[in-house]
Amino acid sequence: MPVTKFPTSADGVADRMSGFMAHLRMNGMPAGVAETEASLEAMQAVNMLDMSEARLALKVICANDAERFERFDELFEAYWLNDGRERQRPGKPDDKPHQKNRWSNQSVFENGMETSSSGTQDLPEEDDGKDASQSCDGKLIASKIKNANKADLREFIKPEDLAYAEKVAKRIAKTIRDRRSRRRKAARRGANLDLRKIARKSVSTGGEPIELFKRHKPDRPVHLVALLDVSGSMSVYARVFLAFLKGLISADQRTDAYLFHTQLVRISDALRDGDTFRSVNRLSMMAQGFGGGTKIGSNLELFNAQYASKTVNGNSVVVILSDGYDTDPPEKLEQALRRLKKRGCKIIWLNPLKGWKDYEPVAKGMSAALPHLDLFAAANTLDGLAALEPHLAKT
Amino acid sequence: MTWNDLKSALAETGYIASETLSMALHLALVLGRPLLLEGEAGVGKTQVAKTLSQIRDTNLIRLQCYEGLDSAAAIYEWNYQRQLLSIRTAGDDQSSDELEDRIFSEKYLLSRPLLQAIQQEVPPVLLIDEIDRADEEFEAYLLEVLSDFQISIPELGTVTAKSKPIVILTANGTRDLSDALRRRCIYSYVDYPDRKTELTILNARQPGLNEKLSEQIVGFVQALRKEELEKKPGIAETLDWAAAIAGLGVNDLSDDPVTLQASLVCLLKTQSDLAAVPTEIAQRLAGKAA
Repeated sequence: MPVTKFPTSADGVADRMSGFMAHLRMNGMPAGVAETEASLEAMQAVNMLDMSEARLALKVICANDAERFERFDELFEAYWLNDGRERQRPGKPDDKPHQKNRWSNQSVFENGMETSSSGTQDLPEEDDGKDASQSCDGKLIASKIKNANKADLREFIKPEDLAYAEKVAKRIAKTIRDRRSRRRKAARRGANLDLRKIARKSVSTGGEPIELFKRHKPDRPVHLVALLDVSGSMSVYARVFLAFLKGLISADQRTDAYLFHTQLVRISDALRDGDTFRSVNRLSMMAQGFGGGTKIGSNLELFNAQYASKTVNGNSVVVILSDGYDTDPPEKLEQALRRLKKRGCKIIWLNPLKGWKDYEPVAKGMSAALPHLDLFAAANTLDGLAALEPHLAKT
Repeated sequence: MTWNDLKSALAETGYIASETLSMALHLALVLGRPLLLEGEAGVGKTQVAKTLSQIRDTNLIRLQCYEGLDSAAAIYEWNYQRQLLSIRTAGDDQSSDELEDRIFSEKYLLSRPLLQAIQQEVPPVLLIDEIDRADEEFEAYLLEVLSDFQISIPELGTVTAKSKPIVILTANGTRDLSDALRRRCIYSYVDYPDRKTELTILNARQPGLNEKLSEQIVGFVQALRKEELEKKPGIAETLDWAAAIAGLGVNDLSDDPVTLQASLVCLLKTQSDLAAVPTEIAQRLAGKAA
């Protein structure tokens, strides 16, 4: 059976064992000094010259969940039964098989094991999946915040700004989501005493309230659904709004996001891509591909019919990001919003145009929608978005 | 005792352990570490502890975990009623210090499994069953107890272990256990046994069965586990079923389709699983097993 040839410099069983732990670590198993110690101790309790015995012993010590348990044999073989893979390496001649050090004639698993130039380990490639988003929210942003806050969103293209938009969105998502129920429920650790229960239980101790029972208000998290208009008129804002959506969505798994122009597309999964810049670019390209007219009314109708029954309920907040320029008749939009509203959700409409001086919601669609909105706010600057926080907390 | 001795000792008591399991148990005993067993329900995790206590001839102390398990149910609790009675009946002649000493003495302490386990003279087997059902706080507390084997009771002082119990934890994946706990334990994943092992188990547990029938039974169950089922039958189910078949006087599985179908209630424990194995499929499996 091919057995790994260890370098003569390897200093006995302990050294090889720690090498094996390093090998396990590099393959994602949490093996450390404690495991090395336990393994060496275990080797004394079993016949370590019998490989299958040693393998079992190491397995029950180092592999500590079902998945690792299954993978262990492979890793074991890769380390201990790897017949000098590096012997063929140029410049390292097949060397001195008879040179033995103190330990080499009593190898761990086989008597008279040869020694050769190197131990072999399967090193996985260093995983440096660092997000572009992470690498960019460094110091740059601090100096740019001022500009970014004031500039109209149309001017955004830089990754820092997108990252900032995302940050704002995350904060907003948190504000919206953290809700408590008004009712109280029995709980082991709660803020309030459950007097009724304490009184009842104190009967058995002669009226002395020995055990205290608590109640608390359970969390009733709000579920966000975002609909982004990416029609021609909105395309200048699309990228930064996409970053904003990404921030909203990454805050929790239940948030849902959709794009619409003349059609409706669900993009929740695409947005969960780890790399902000890449996913926003990809999506904005996708959005530009359609451009053109907007059919807010029919898209909302479609949303009502296809998705709303699953995603929207009384604990939902629907965020619509659109300028309200609709090619559908306004009645359609009005009807769709009314139907959506009947599900008990809150509807927030963020309109980039509202931030413009002297803007009046005269677009017919917009004025038709107004009565059904819980909040109609500007969203043309990051300040505008950030300022929404207190309003959203109330809705 | 080497691990092979342990394996045969287990086998003598009627527990057929796989190589991995006996090695894990052996090392847990030698290194004095807790043993964590994971696996589907009904593969004999709990039985390991019972058998081990039989072999070592010691007590088995069992702590069944559940959501909301707290220290009062796992470690100790003061007997409040008794303390109160004692206070009420105490006359004025007793000073409050005396009274306090009295009501906070061991007489008024209710020890729960963990405290019991470290108070034994002979090291007992402590079975902490379904640890993944308990809350994370309890798991963290358990870590502390398992590393020091001492429990401090504020009113009494620290109770140190008289002997170190043999700890066996079982889990079947209700939630993920922390890495800290996993690393402190010797681990073994207990899988469904292969055909040969299961046959040995069946013969060990149900000696009276005729050879052909027991082969059929094991073959049938093994085939059944390969079907798409919600809850696959474990070893416990196999043994139940074998007893049922024997009790019904069946000598060959393919003889009596109606009885076979009716007896499947021992193996399949949900409505949809029973519906998923209609008579035709049961017959096909029985035919294969024969």
